[in-house]
Amino acid sequence: MNDVGNPQSVQTIGIPQPLVDGPEKATGKAMFAADFDTTETLVGRILRSPLAHAKITALDISKAETLPGVLAVVTEMDCSDNYGVLPIAMNEWALARNRVRYKGEPVAAVAAIDVATAQKAVDLIEVTYEELPAYFTAAQARSEDAILLHDNKPGNIEREVEFDLGDVDEGMAAADLVREMKVQCAEVCQAQMEPHAAFAEWDADRQRLTIRPSTQVPYYVHKMLARTMGISESHIRVIKPHIGGGFGSRTETLQSDLIAALLARKAKSTVKVVLSREETFLTHRGRPETQIKMKVGMNKDGTITAVDFEAVQRGGAYSGYGIVTILYAGSMIYGIYDITSARFRGYRVLTNTPPCGAFRGHGTVKTRFAFENLIDAMAVELGLDPFTVRRANLLVAPTMTENDLLVNSYGLDQCLDWAEEASSWKERRGKLGPNKGLGMACSHYISGASKPKHWTGEPHATIHLRVDWDGGITLLTGAAEIGQGSSTVIAQCAAETLGVDMGRIRVIASDSAVTPKDNGSYSSRVTFMVGNASIDAAQNLKAKLVEAAARKLEIAPEHVECLGEIYRGGQQDQGLTFDEVVAAALEGEGTITVKGNYDTIPESWGGRKYRGAAIGGTMAFSYAAQVVEVTVDPHTAAITVDKVWVAHDCGKALNPLAVEGQVQGSVWMGMGQAMSEETKFHDGLPIAANMLDYRVPTIIESPPIDVGIIEASDPHGPFGAKEAGEGSLSSFLPALTNAVADAVGVRATELPLTPDRLMELLEKKARFDNAAAAIGKVA
Amino acid sequence: MKTILSLTINGVERDDVVPDNMLLVDYLREKAGLTGTKIGCDGGECGACTVLIDGRPRHACLTLSATCNGASVETVDGLSRDGRLTALQRGFNEKLGSQCGFCTPGMIMAAEGLLRRIPDPEEDEIRKALAANICRCTGYVKIIEAVQFAASELRNGETA
Repeated sequence: MNDVGNPQSVQTIGIPQPLVDGPEKATGKAMFAADFDTTETLVGRILRSPLAHAKITALDISKAETLPGVLAVVTEMDCSDNYGVLPIAMNEWALARNRVRYKGEPVAAVAAIDVATAQKAVDLIEVTYEELPAYFTAAQARSEDAILLHDNKPGNIEREVEFDLGDVDEGMAAADLVREMKVQCAEVCQAQMEPHAAFAEWDADRQRLTIRPSTQVPYYVHKMLARTMGISESHIRVIKPHIGGGFGSRTETLQSDLIAALLARKAKSTVKVVLSREETFLTHRGRPETQIKMKVGMNKDGTITAVDFEAVQRGGAYSGYGIVTILYAGSMIYGIYDITSARFRGYRVLTNTPPCGAFRGHGTVKTRFAFENLIDAMAVELGLDPFTVRRANLLVAPTMTENDLLVNSYGLDQCLDWAEEASSWKERRGKLGPNKGLGMACSHYISGASKPKHWTGEPHATIHLRVDWDGGITLLTGAAEIGQGSSTVIAQCAAETLGVDMGRIRVIASDSAVTPKDNGSYSSRVTFMVGNASIDAAQNLKAKLVEAAARKLEIAPEHVECLGEIYRGGQQDQGLTFDEVVAAALEGEGTITVKGNYDTIPESWGGRKYRGAAIGGTMAFSYAAQVVEVTVDPHTAAITVDKVWVAHDCGKALNPLAVEGQVQGSVWMGMGQAMSEETKFHDGLPIAANMLDYRVPTIIESPPIDVGIIEASDPHGPFGAKEAGEGSLSSFLPALTNAVADAVGVRATELPLTPDRLMELLEKKARFDNAAAAIGKVA
Repeated sequence: MKTILSLTINGVERDDVVPDNMLLVDYLREKAGLTGTKIGCDGGECGACTVLIDGRPRHACLTLSATCNGASVETVDGLSRDGRLTALQRGFNEKLGSQCGFCTPGMIMAAEGLLRRIPDPEEDEIRKALAANICRCTGYVKIIEAVQFAASELRNGETA
């Protein structure tokens, strides 16, 4: 007899959950790409271009090939085709073809028995170059006499974007105050902790490849491997190992993945390519250096009448994600405030620097910095509280923005309330004493791009659930766990739907031979899309189990009460255990496999009002408001961030622990970009390609970050949830400059705001104040 | 040139013939097969390779293995005992001090060195002890909480 007691479905949603793969990470058992090894593993090493722009006139690998211990040397001759992340803009080769376009571009690669031999072979490769003029800034590349980096890109413009929505001129004319600001933001790099790596095994008998790459999107790698190698996708198996951070750099297929595979095939063996930290910086795919000119019209009550802005991005040498990045820089002016008219001109420029890519908050961060910095200055001028200005421009959900972005849920008002109260803004602002200040800003982000890059007509996400005689539930997902907790949240969604303990579910993720295809971990899509697919799969499984229970209990399925571990006919019924229900379900059927899908709705696909208007289209936006408190040292101009209060509207915090972790990580990453991080080049040579010169904040200068979780439930979200991993990054940047303006009265427009940049502003202000005082005395 | 290296790794004595220029981190990963210790940079920049040498946190990427003759080296791979996570490992797991997990082995070993020296550290002491270890995921907030959790677990364990 079962002791049913008072059975309850197990609740997993809304409860802090450690990550399902946490113990492996804490014990060192988690295997990253560089950790794989076999006795036959060869070392792969890459020859890179020493020139920023040149024709390759001769490439001789014969000496390298004949060096004892060398098993393979590959060049572009071994590549069947070019590749790239956007189907409409593939113009990169795994190994440079005829021409190099940035210092560090891979030219050839070697597989050898050990590092020393591989390096010796690399040194034996002879390349003859004919140098070409090189351009290291957007302005240089756009100059009239500049030669073209790519013949089909006139003016070295990868893409020009323009839209005029509403009547901007009328909005400006009607405004009480019109102000303009130019901002300049440095290029920044993801600098994820794990250097790029790939472990590739070639089965020469069967002509098959198995590869473990450090990627966020195994599916793209799979496609690009087939394209580059000229083999069938069906002969490739991509297994994603543990990934040491992504932040966008690994949404594109990296040359190191392709090169490892090419070497393995040619050597008929196993090849490991592990990039150095310097090479990881050279591979880049970070956020572009950007100049933004922005003009805003505002009324005395803080309402915004019009926005007119232009963005120029230094995109680097190849297309990469460029078109999407420059489109986001424009479209995401919408979706957070009630903007009735906006004009945008965007220019993505090709330059002889490492290619930029997608970086957490893709395309939106520098636009948000310019906007929130400018409206803060205008609030000061109009004598308005910064919170008042934001509140004067709120949206009311559900709504469609002027550029046709669907806003179905909206918690920015609650975010503002939380941040204001938690920071004691009203009581403390202006009363902190000299050189101390408070600043605030808001931001938002998409919960997955509603149209995938590779449009195939398949659902956005698919989950398989398998139940066998042992009563365990195996969840198969292609979603790439990269540390953000995707495997955990997907398991939670299934467990909650079935009412079972998380311990019943084991997740197998990202092995193309086993798991269903997934579009990958980018644009904060996983919780929303894969979470929904997981719920769908669990509902399908539950229906089968309820049917089986009904048969066994001899009642109608609609009379079966499912309590997770107990299925029963009513309160008096002792019911069946989960294992008994599974046994019943397997009778005559065998192992059960069910599928769940998720697809976006057409209303979320973005607009058609201008070319590229689909970029920004999403099922739901997250919102964030944050307050930053700073102290400025008047002698050194060093800024200390004393504390951050950040509210993030994630719809429903499925795993509050992970939401907090994601929000804190986002804010902190914004802090690095605002205060210290900056790639630097000398004639195209990266000179900050290490973790000391590329200044990532250490634990010493990192502030406490209090997180307020706001739950403006989204009607389409899994249990109402929206994204949590990107939206609170971009508001840190303007909140910092706004806080510095509050503390010391200077407004920074150039990032990162290093002590030398702030000192320059302070000295300028002192000269101005002295002059004003002198004039005052004379008068 | 090669040297015979005799040392103790995670409590187990072993002897190996190693090239004189072999770094400790390469020795641990390639010779001893202990891949828990990570390489995140080109030398001394990130702290991912932190191990304990005679109880003190050291960068395995800045240490020649030959200099560890007679030493006791501890890595993350050997921390848990009887299949149970240590207090620090539980802290990093339960408090989400670990997201992607790549910095975690180094963080845990640096924190282990701290807690052996100062069982009940102030927040400032935790920050100083982990100052050479970069994490790119957490913003460090939950790493500090993880170490505080471990310190409190160890305190409770002592009084129990």
